[in-house]
Order: sequence, then C-alpha cells, then structure tokens
Amino acid sequence: MTTATTPRSAIAPNAPSTATAVKKRPLPLVRHSMSLAKRSLIKTMRTPEALIDVTLQPAIFLVIFVYIFGGAVAGDTTTYLQFLLPGILAQTIAQGAIAIGVNLNTDLDKGIFDRFKSLPIPRASPLVGAVIGDVVRYVVVIVSTFVVGYLMGFRITTDPLSAVAGCLLAILFALSLSWVSVFVGMKVRTSGAVQGIMFLIIMPLSFASNVFVPTASLPSWMQTFVQWNPLTHLVAAMRGFFLGAPMGNSVYYTLLWCLGLVVVFMPLALRAYRKKV
Amino acid sequence: MTTDLVIEAHGLVKHFGETKALQGVDLAVARGTVLGVLGPNGAGKTTAVRILSTLLTPDAGTARIGGHDVVKDAVKVRQSIGLTGQYASVDEDLTGRQNLQLFGMLLDLGKANARARATELLEWFDLTEAADRPAKTYSGGMRRRLDLAASLVGRPDVIFLDEPTTGLDPSKREDMWDVVRTLVNEGSTVLLTTQYLEEADALADEITVIDHGRVIAHDTPDGLKRVVGGQTLEVRPSDLTRLEETATILAQVSSDGRAEEIRKGVLAVPVADDSALTATVSRLASVGIGVTELSLHLPSLDEVFFTLTGRTASADDTSVTDKKEVA
Repeated sequence: MTTATTPRSAIAPNAPSTATAVKKRPLPLVRHSMSLAKRSLIKTMRTPEALIDVTLQPAIFLVIFVYIFGGAVAGDTTTYLQFLLPGILAQTIAQGAIAIGVNLNTDLDKGIFDRFKSLPIPRASPLVGAVIGDVVRYVVVIVSTFVVGYLMGFRITTDPLSAVAGCLLAILFALSLSWVSVFVGMKVRTSGAVQGIMFLIIMPLSFASNVFVPTASLPSWMQTFVQWNPLTHLVAAMRGFFLGAPMGNSVYYTLLWCLGLVVVFMPLALRAYRKKV
Repeated sequence: MTTDLVIEAHGLVKHFGETKALQGVDLAVARGTVLGVLGPNGAGKTTAVRILSTLLTPDAGTARIGGHDVVKDAVKVRQSIGLTGQYASVDEDLTGRQNLQLFGMLLDLGKANARARATELLEWFDLTEAADRPAKTYSGGMRRRLDLAASLVGRPDVIFLDEPTTGLDPSKREDMWDVVRTLVNEGSTVLLTTQYLEEADALADEITVIDHGRVIAHDTPDGLKRVVGGQTLEVRPSDLTRLEETATILAQVSSDGRAEEIRKGVLAVPVADDSALTATVSRLASVGIGVTELSLHLPSLDEVFFTLTGRTASADDTSVTDKKEVA
C-alpha cells in the first residue's frame, strides 16, 4: 500500500497550483459552448456512421424521385431535378435536427450532464454547444446533396453568393427546429421515442409541402396546410436563391417561422433542461 | 482548525413525490478531514451529495460549502468542488485525455494548462497507456479512476465521492483508498458515502450514519465501533481436535467471555480492540495450537444497523427508494 502511494504523492495530484489558477475570462456562455461544440464534433468524427443517414438519404431520394417520378411529374428528369433538389436539401437538413434531441436524451441517461452541471459553466452551455456542433452536420448534408445533384445534372442558375444565402437560410431553419428536438429530447424517456416523435413531426411537413410537387397540384384543403408549412416557405426561398424562381415573401415567412420556433421552444427546452435532475 | 467547517448542512429535506429521501439531515465536515456517510441503498446518501454539489435544490434546510450557499451561490460552490459518483460520469465516446481536457477547458484552465493537467492526472492514475482510447473501452477500475481524475481537474478544495468503491474488487478498493488518503494529505476535504463500515473506518475521521433520510448516529469510527460492539475475531485451528482448548483461550481474550463456533471448525469471539489479535496469537502459540485462519472483522452494515435501529438494513422498501433517488 505504502509503496504504491509514494510515487503518486510525489506528483501531488490535487495540491493547489499557481500554474492552473482559474482566470476570469469574458463571455462564458460562448466560450464554454464552443468547447462543448468541439466535443460534439469529436463524437461525430468518432462515429461516422452517425452521418450516414444524412449523407446517403438525400442521394437515395434524389435518384429515386428524379428517375421514377421525374417524367410523370415534370415531363423530364432534368426539369424535375432542378425543382426537387432544393426541396430534398431542406427536408434532409430539417431531419438533421432530430439528432440533437436524441443525443441529449442519451447524455442524460449516461450521466455526463450531471458532470457538466457540477462545473461552474452557464447551464445552457451544453445545449448551445450541441446546437453549434450540429451546424457541421448540416454542412455535410449540403455538400453531399450538391455533389450528388451535380453528378446527376443539377445546376445553380443564379450566383454563388445567392446559393450560399439559400444554404444559410436552410441551416438557420434547422437550428431553430433543433429547439423542438431538444424540448422533446428533455421530455421523453428514451432516445428511440425522441426519434419517433420528431419523425412524426417532420414527415408530414416534408410531404405535405412543395418539396415534391407544385402546391397548385394538391387538393385545396391540403393547400391550406401547405401554405402554412414552414418547409414550403423555406423551399420556395431556396428555389429562388438557387434557380432565380420567384420568391415572393418566402424569405420573410421562413425567418418568421424561425423566430417563432426559437421564441416558443428555446425557453421551453431550457426550462425542461433545468428541471432535469 | 476543528471549528473551520468546509461542509455544513442543516436540516436538509428533499421529497420526490411520495418518497421522503431526506427528512432533516445535518452534516458537518472540518477542513482537511474525511466524513464518511454510511447507509444502505436508498438511505438518502446520494440525494444529500447531489444537494451539496448543487445538482439538486433542497425542499428545506440550508447547506454551505466553504461558506457559499449551495442554492444562492451555486456558481461559487461549483468552482471549489469535485464530484465523483456513478451518475457524474465522463463521455464514453471521448478518450480519457479528451474528457480531461474538455473539463479543463470548462474550468477555464486555458488550452495549455488543460492539456498539461490532463497529462498529469492520467499519469497519476496509471491511465497514460489508455489515454487515447475511448472511455467506453476502459475496464471498471480504469473507469472509476478516470471518473475520479475528472473530478480533480480543477484542483477542488472539497471532493465528494459517492460510493467510490462499490463494485470494485478488494485490491482495486485498496488503490482507491490510497488515492483518497493522498488527497487528504494534500489538504482536500472529502465527503465519502459508502455502504461499508470497513471503508468508512479505513478513511474517515468521523462517520455519519443515515437511514431513511435521517441521521441515526454521528461519531468517530472508534466511537461507532464501541457502540455497535467492536470487532469479531475469527480463528480456525489447524487441528480440529483442539477446538475446545482453542475456545477456552479465545474466551479469555473475548470482551464478553464467550467463544462461538460460527462455521464448522471456525470460532468467533467479540473483542474490544486490535490488541486482542496479538494476545490470541501469543497464547495459542504458547500451547502449540496452529491456526489455518485468523482474522479480525468489523461489524457489517447490517450489524451496525441492527444495533442502531433494531432492524436489518436490507429490509423493507429501500430498493424502491433508491431507484427514485437516482432517477
């Protein structure tokens, strides 16, 4: 016993040290959120299979829908590809928001959150960090969708700056939607249930929208839903940014939806999070 | 020095629905000492630690760590504590090193210091070789060491160890005890919960026994052992025909004059203190009785509880209470 203690004591594992004195630094929420975002990224890189759904799905959807329905819906596959790609991108990014609720729910199970809560960091940092970490997932979705799209013949007909604006709008929407996912993640018991509930929300939004077919082709009762659907506005805006299609007020409606989601669900999510013991 | 209380709790109450986890618990720990909080599953040990470490707010009562209120000054408290329990864990997908560096960053050590601190702790806990493997690949003992290392990143003054050795095999348990002793030697104050009187006896300066959310005893380890009847000496003579003779010798060192055969060929007597062991050995040797087994046992938690409360620790609804407490 004593022999094991002696070499260890020499290092003095917990003796106060001036070298590691705690310094006061500005902007604790931003700083700690970035550290925790880095943690999310390390985890994503360690389990690349977690990215497969968001990278492969848009590719598979593009191939299936363009070559199976393209001719019937739009007359030819090239026209349909131009129409479909912004929609698929928006849908996949929206689905990317599911992961954060699932991951946070898992964290609560594992107890890593208790460690975070015992540290002198703003309580929102782990949440904000996870949200920031998700941006990387969205960028992966965008890149892989465009690569597949370009191979199939998709072309941006506006300019690169507009294209970037369209992508940023999609990311902003996904980040806003993340708070719904976080809220559900804090409220339900298992990570599987988070996945299920979020899928139930996002599926009707994806299909009862202008993603796959023009709104005008839908029955009028459904058109009402489609016209309120945030994804419809996002996709209309993205078509405008990528292809120069008329946008109307879709950018403003999208931003309004983002604001609404954040205003309603961010406080709810944060409250649910604080309540979690 | 003795009046310099680093951990102070008065009348802590916490209910989870119907479950009364804590019903008015007082705790006090002086600087540089170890308090052992002893109790069965569901006694309220974990709830008390979670309140003291700011993870839970009490329904009633107050607690101060280093003079800071755990509710009003939670941030100050978090700067001075380290928490190790089965719930406050590490990220299993990250490596040991990444975990420690992350906590260093979150404690504002800065990048270089966080890195240096991680290396230092990994070395100290014999985790250097496994440092760059994900924590989920660690063995139970390694995981426990990493959990403890994680709670030491910020060089806390006060360390909470919630059942640090539960589930570890005896040799790993001894290692963990060495670590705790080293921390205390360096001036840390430790609150440790345990289900083993032996562990509390080995490490603690004082022991608080809690049961059903109430403190039922508070004493030094020696004081507590006196109350619960001290220790038991067990002897197995190598020549079973001399069992009677051995019993007579044991009766002389026994604190109540009786030797009992508790298992086939094994005699047990209650003894007042460690000196009974040497006395027994020399008397047996003088008459030429060899022994194959000779050991000194502290009372088990069950025996402690039976003495203090008149019932066994593992009885009734404790397992249900424990689940709620951890949930």
